[in-house]
Amino acid sequence: MTGSSKLSILAAALMLSTFGSTSLARAAPNEQFFPLATYRVGAYASSGIPVWAGMIDYLRYINEVEGGVNGVKFVWQECESEWTAEKGIECYERFKKGLDGAPVAIYHPNGAPAAYALSDKAAADRIPLITLGYGRTEATDGSVFPHNFPVMLTFYSEASVFINYVAQQEGGFDKLKGKKIATVYHDSAYGRETQGPLDLLAKKYGFENIQIPVADPGNEQSAQWRQVRQAKPDWVFLRTWGVSTPVAIKTAARFGFPANRIVGDIWASSNEDVLPAGDAGKGYLALTPYPGGAEFEIHKRIKQHILDKGKSDLKDPKSFGSVYYNSGLINAAIAVEAIRAGQKKFGNRPLTGDEGRWGLENLNVDDARLKQIGFHGLMQPLKLSCNDHEGGGAAKVQQWDGAKWNLVTDWVHADRKTLRPLIDAKSAAYAKEKGITPRDCSKES
Amino acid sequence: MIFFLETLIGGLLAGTMYSLVAIGFVLIFKASGVFNFAQGAMLLFSALTFVSLQEHGIPFLQSLLLTVVVIVIGAVAIERAVLRPLMNRSQITLFMATLGLSFILEGLAQGLMGAEVRALDLGIEDTPLMLGEVMVSQFDLVAASTAAVLVTVLALLFNKTHIGISLRAVADDTRAALSIGINLNRIWQIVWAVAGCAGLVAGLLWGARQGVQFSLSLVVLKALPVLIIGGFTSIGGAIVGGLIVGAAENLAEVYVGPSIGGGITPWFAYFLALVFLHVRPAGLFGERAIERV
Repeated sequence: MTGSSKLSILAAALMLSTFGSTSLARAAPNEQFFPLATYRVGAYASSGIPVWAGMIDYLRYINEVEGGVNGVKFVWQECESEWTAEKGIECYERFKKGLDGAPVAIYHPNGAPAAYALSDKAAADRIPLITLGYGRTEATDGSVFPHNFPVMLTFYSEASVFINYVAQQEGGFDKLKGKKIATVYHDSAYGRETQGPLDLLAKKYGFENIQIPVADPGNEQSAQWRQVRQAKPDWVFLRTWGVSTPVAIKTAARFGFPANRIVGDIWASSNEDVLPAGDAGKGYLALTPYPGGAEFEIHKRIKQHILDKGKSDLKDPKSFGSVYYNSGLINAAIAVEAIRAGQKKFGNRPLTGDEGRWGLENLNVDDARLKQIGFHGLMQPLKLSCNDHEGGGAAKVQQWDGAKWNLVTDWVHADRKTLRPLIDAKSAAYAKEKGITPRDCSKES
Repeated sequence: MIFFLETLIGGLLAGTMYSLVAIGFVLIFKASGVFNFAQGAMLLFSALTFVSLQEHGIPFLQSLLLTVVVIVIGAVAIERAVLRPLMNRSQITLFMATLGLSFILEGLAQGLMGAEVRALDLGIEDTPLMLGEVMVSQFDLVAASTAAVLVTVLALLFNKTHIGISLRAVADDTRAALSIGINLNRIWQIVWAVAGCAGLVAGLLWGARQGVQFSLSLVVLKALPVLIIGGFTSIGGAIVGGLIVGAAENLAEVYVGPSIGGGITPWFAYFLALVFLHVRPAGLFGERAIERV
């Protein structure tokens, strides 16, 4: 082959890939752009892949079965972030101006590093960030953080849900006095986030609060579980992430600590966390705002219209209804409902970031609405406001039986009233540091 | 005292798991002077190949044999496509080549076999075993025994076979080995295949503990301080280095960690390695480089 013919082929391939990808992603004037900063490769790909499938399947369902949101269809495009801050920022910069005229109303950073890195940037660009189950807890205070939405369950709330669940099991809050509760946590900002609320709750209820850190990546934890064995706690709150979760469950078994006395947090509650642990995972408990299971109404609808027609983004159908798949469904549903709420004020058209933020702050997904959209039982009622960017504040507790998760409680609610002063103090400190004048939420509507 | 003993023994046994990873590095460094950055990716690739074959219903032994065949083919391919064209280039060039190779292998592994987490059951009990009042892990005992067997097999290979003697000749003086007709390309292929098999053993044991997933490639981070302490050219050094790192980081986490915030295991191993670098730059059993100036 001559040099010139090689060049011709290369040019043709480049043209094909350029125009091909553009036409696939080209948006019509009445479309809403849904940016997807994904991680399909790298250390956390196994967690991410089912999440994107849940998001994409739901958007496809909305487009193809419901004809979009009041006629406005979604168009989406992916950007590989590898769960890193730097690539997460690159993706955001690429996406923030929309896609061929289709605007961005809501952005999912999909990862704690990117969420922290984008917090101020998104505020400057007036694009709201949804961080379900991660991100800054103090962003619950929307007067200081108008563009951050740690919806449904912050780390403070999950700590409170855990203590409330333990109290239920022990027979009441008065029985917590003198109990030993250990937290084995990923030694990072995420892992340390529950230390404040657990300190507060330990003082309130009189239990001993033991904190044992596990450094990243946490693939060897003998020292930590030997400390657990020595401390003889009544319960362990497992706040790990990635590989450190199955290793913790297996090491706990090796040191004779019963799995049914370990409660995993939101990031230690997926199928991917327990499958590698094998038999050691049987009986393991975990709290989650998006329980596993494919028996909910929305799954029947998606199975009928998307999965059975071969349109699902899932490569492995076994992941249908997995915890992470369901988290993708819920993440997408919150955005869709916020856009629907925003359209009531701004009209049935694609929304901008400011309008998307208004939609989120006026979101009210009650039981009746959850039944309509097929999420009843899978998702908790969610009502957000300027003053409360979390809403919800509840989780269900599920237990692994070696093959699947079984729900063992209904929604367990956090004691948000007790924790709120901590959140307000943190948000006030942030406002002072950054020179932010908090909004007057009584004037927001 | 019982708790101290238990921590020490547990740490020593955990250290043998690090040694298993370090041995793969030593084999390649010893024969070619190349620090193989792709050892973690090879470990991931081989373990993923094994579980993927098992998922297709192929029995344990056949899966193991087929994985070894894949490793041998991979070693020949790496030697031909990566190492041979770069022969006589500087060590940093070869190191950069292995860096690129690690990304290719990781991408290939995930692309061909999927990114999802796989459980791996080797049939080894991972329940506590009481030796008097001291509790030890059965799994760690098996891992330690495996390391002992691996070292014995490698010692026999290096000392009692024609291939092993050729390997040692190349390691001692490449030019002299070439001058007496030893085929360097073939030696490199064999070394990479043996290092791949050592990686498979490590990958299976680590995979059984944490699941076979991308993060398997990160266990090499545990091997680096082991190599610095034990020396890059000694298999025995890898074992001793692993024992030192395992015991030291466990004792440090339990007795020093709580007073400085805990979570110190990853950096404590490197701190220890730095101390050794000051005292014995070539490691405990490494060969000291003497150059005419």
